Amino acid sequence: MAIRRGRGVAAVNYPTGMNLGGDPSQALVHSTPTGNFMVTLSSVDLGQGLKQVMAQICAETIGVKTEQVIIDTADTDTGPHCMGTFASRGTHRIGNAVIQAAKEARQVMLEVAAEALEVDAGDLETDGEGNIHVKGAPQKSISIFDTALMAHFKLGRSISGRGMFLVPRSYPEVETGAMKPSTCYAHACTVAEVDVDDETGEVTVVSIKNVFEIGRALNPKMVEQQLVGGSWMGISHALYETTEPYYPARDHAGTDFNEYLMPGPGDIAPTEIVVLERPAEDGPYGAKGPGEMCANPQIPALANAIFDAVGVRIDMMPITPERILRALKEQRATAH
Amino acid sequence: MAKVPVQFSLNGEEKAEFVDSGSTLLKVLRDKMGDTSPKGGCLQGTCGSCSVVVDGELRLSCLTLAETCDGADIQTTAGLASDGVLHPLQRAFMDEFAAQCGFCTPGMIMAAKVLLDANPDPTREDVIEALSGNVCRCTGYEPIIRAVLTAARSNSQNAA
Ligand code: FES
Ligand code: FES
Repeated sequence: MAIRRGRGVAAVNYPTGMNLGGDPSQALVHSTPTGNFMVTLSSVDLGQGLKQVMAQICAETIGVKTEQVIIDTADTDTGPHCMGTFASRGTHRIGNAVIQAAKEARQVMLEVAAEALEVDAGDLETDGEGNIHVKGAPQKSISIFDTALMAHFKLGRSISGRGMFLVPRSYPEVETGAMKPSTCYAHACTVAEVDVDDETGEVTVVSIKNVFEIGRALNPKMVEQQLVGGSWMGISHALYETTEPYYPARDHAGTDFNEYLMPGPGDIAPTEIVVLERPAEDGPYGAKGPGEMCANPQIPALANAIFDAVGVRIDMMPITPERILRALKEQRATAH
Repeated sequence: MAKVPVQFSLNGEEKAEFVDSGSTLLKVLRDKMGDTSPKGGCLQGTCGSCSVVVDGELRLSCLTLAETCDGADIQTTAGLASDGVLHPLQRAFMDEFAAQCGFCTPGMIMAAKVLLDANPDPTREDVIEALSGNVCRCTGYEPIIRAVLTAARSNSQNAA
């Protein structure tokens, strides 16, 4: 009986978003009387940073500072349609909708400014600081605040835009079953190192090294935050967490926090994260979806590492000491 | 149900309320006193999100009866910032990106505060031990551990 070290690797090719009956998200953008911009969504921020990233996307597209954008995700009853924030789809789908809405709003904004400055809208540009000026003649300028006031009080126009992003439903080809469930894919690869105690079946994760390819990281710190938390969640799914330990039987299933094995800060593994950026052609400023994707490669990598350590293949999650011991017992029985 | 009077200091302010006998401190803080910084996660003492400090000790407010806190000095995350200046722990949680959904954050911060009050220069193991009663779904814990160590360092720099 001994502690055995093993190493495993796994890679995933992960669709951004999903495709059941089509995958739409909408956004509405309008200027407020203070020259700020409001983005109305019904996409929920679960803490992954959707509001921040949508504000960045809108600001970048209209040509204002991020602080000038207000994101309202208040109500799924009254907001524009969104399929939801899941399946690593938020940044990509909603971001594209925000870009479209913001482009339309920017166009109206430039038309209003063009009237004020008596020039052609095509000759105008934004300085990113809250002003619009004639290309090559920055002194011929109007603030976005004044532009909003002019639109509202003089021209009777609404500086606003509508955005819709839809990945249409993909039907499988009858002959081959081939289909196109997604328009872009993120990628990840994990190398896991484990110690397995072949007497107790206990697994200690010695290290987890991940590489994530996520298009463009629109907010690098928040991406890192997602990846660190997601990597840990992957380990937790691989080794600890389940509501159905003896699926399909419900025996011993946890019914509350006392019985559901949720690891704490003492159980984390030394983790490395590397981010690769290969912008997606149809991504908002190149972004793909890192959220759900990042919690996947750890699971097969750990299963492979355990196989490498003690020679048993566990194909049920989580890989508990009990499952490892049963597999080892079977291995010994067939060896004789 | 019979009401009982309770009186305690909450973040330095004297509070008095008539509460249903048997009410938890969590319920009284949130529903009666409008301090929603302690969060009700499991309501059975296993997640730590409701942690508050009672007379200097970390307590799970979901398992603490309000009437046992008569005369006590209670601190919650809502009272940490003073004059608009964040507590070093709050600042460190922001700087280290140690919150995502934020549900565990007030409990984590109070657990960390009790640790740093007793041990201003903790090791990584001390921090993990102090936070071991608090679970977090989102962060993978590492940013939280880092934030507590960062806060400890900034405290000792300020003291120096
Ligand atoms: S709510 Fe008190 S410990 Fe979970
Ligand atoms: S930040 Fe979401 S539970 Fe900790």
